[in-house]
Amino acid sequence: MSADPIKIDARLIKRLPAIGETDAFELNIHLKSDASITVLWGASGAGKTLALNCLAGFSTPNEGRVLVNDQLYFDGVTGVDLLPRYRRCGYMFQDHALFPHMTIRENLKFAAASARSSSRLEKHRRMNDLLEAFELNDLASRKPAQLSGGQKQRAALARMLVGDPHLLLLDEPTRGLDARLRQAFYEVLHITRERSQAPIVLVTHDLEECMQLADYVCLMEEGRFVQTGPREQVFARPANIEVARALGIYNLFPAKVAALDPSRDICTLDVAGFPVQGSYLKGRLIGDQGYLCVRQTEARLLPNVGRRDPNQILLRTTGIIPSAQGIKVLLEYDAAATVSEADYAQLRGEDVLKLEIPASAVYFIAK
Amino acid sequence: MPSAPPSIDWFPLWLSLRVAALATLFVLTVGTAIAYLLSHKTFRFKEALDSLITLPLVLPPTVLGYYLLVLLGRSSGLGHIYESVFGQPLVFTWQAAVVAAVFHSAPIYIKGARTVFEDVDYRFEWVAHSLGASEWRTFTRITFPLAWRGLSSLTSLCFARSLGDFGITMMVAGNIPGKTQTLSVAIFDAVESGNGHMARVLVLIMSVTALILLWAASYLSRPTSRASHNG
Repeated sequence: MSADPIKIDARLIKRLPAIGETDAFELNIHLKSDASITVLWGASGAGKTLALNCLAGFSTPNEGRVLVNDQLYFDGVTGVDLLPRYRRCGYMFQDHALFPHMTIRENLKFAAASARSSSRLEKHRRMNDLLEAFELNDLASRKPAQLSGGQKQRAALARMLVGDPHLLLLDEPTRGLDARLRQAFYEVLHITRERSQAPIVLVTHDLEECMQLADYVCLMEEGRFVQTGPREQVFARPANIEVARALGIYNLFPAKVAALDPSRDICTLDVAGFPVQGSYLKGRLIGDQGYLCVRQTEARLLPNVGRRDPNQILLRTTGIIPSAQGIKVLLEYDAAATVSEADYAQLRGEDVLKLEIPASAVYFIAK
Repeated sequence: MPSAPPSIDWFPLWLSLRVAALATLFVLTVGTAIAYLLSHKTFRFKEALDSLITLPLVLPPTVLGYYLLVLLGRSSGLGHIYESVFGQPLVFTWQAAVVAAVFHSAPIYIKGARTVFEDVDYRFEWVAHSLGASEWRTFTRITFPLAWRGLSSLTSLCFARSLGDFGITMMVAGNIPGKTQTLSVAIFDAVESGNGHMARVLVLIMSVTALILLWAASYLSRPTSRASHNG
């Protein structure tokens, strides 16, 4: 294992021709990450799995270059295209793809015997170590069909690590799992992190999972990255209104820059006739049109009584949706805020409510 | 008093079993390799090759037999090579009956085996490759064991079909009693010569054997509980 962080630098262009009713598709991305866990997030059909397949060598890009830890996997110019078995990419499918005709120990043995890494003795030591670490010793003689979903996950991760891979590729590993199994998976992923320094590229369409696991996020739409960056940055600062809409966790209000005061590091936005103050906006001019973007969880809903303080805007309610987190109150401009059942008792029956937006949460996206 | 039925010559049965066994062995090795190539590889004229393999299923046996006579006859290149290696011509020998049986049974086996290989979930093979396994190792340890039931069912069908060839065998191996006369040819011969007893016995043997082989094929191809659980 290398002590340095392993870098992924993959430029991938893959064109799929139109077949029957399926339209032509082009994947065109540049994935560059030093992060421990890089998450490719996007809706179905965004090209996430195709990107993973290109990294693993199961699909050959039309153009591009794939470098992992300075090892060239693919180069469209020179014609280098390493076979999947030489790439040392651990690949985990959504349904784990444990070999059904083998026991769990045989699955791991197959991986150990196939691996092109260390000595035979070392691989077998590693196999036994992984069976122990992933609590599989008692299950080792069972076949995959005899295991629960969580046990299969652990077995698939352990099998993937036997050969000491350089890159771990996980394709929607928690799709279709209930909350308890998801949590169990996140826990075993921690064990994986302890056992392997290989960077993980994880594909998901689940925003919660993306937020929980990602160090680095690539938001994908129609075969392209619409925004990349460290998780906090991407979620705090969506690059444009389309990204913000796709993420679906923001309230977006049409807004205009009303005042700018660089000396006091303040800007004032006009949001539906109400002034909302935030940090100074560099490079913007008074009169610029755009959107105020506020995370739904950062805005507070209050009854419309008493004086209206700064950074409070009045909004008409349009409905409610009870949810596991509380009551989601729907507001005009397609906005929403979730409040507890107790807090909702004070808001019930009001047509107009106050939404308080802290200055720290104010983010302006220009049109 | 009715006369005792004439004794039955069992040579055609043993010859047919030997011919079918050898033909099945050949189809099993070469046919499996071709089916794997068709199911897993992309190459030019792949579908043309598939059509060529299917051709014997639709061509009349006489046409196929004619082609084989031209291809393997004493005046052909292949016939010459065979004769120089084995010291005897190929046509009108029991070995020619094996060739006839191969052409009669291979299309069904190869077409079926291609489907069986294509039905093996590609993700198992991908995972094996990503774990570092070579193509051969992936085939022997993953693809073949997962395709085994389907292939053994097809083997059973292949044997049954090899046993039953008539037209191509007549064309390339002829009807030489005690030398190239297989079971189906012997039945034809018995009916022609009015040996009803011999015809009835051989027909019965053929029917029961075919039935057993079909049952075996169907038994082997039934979904197992494990497969149905894995869905």
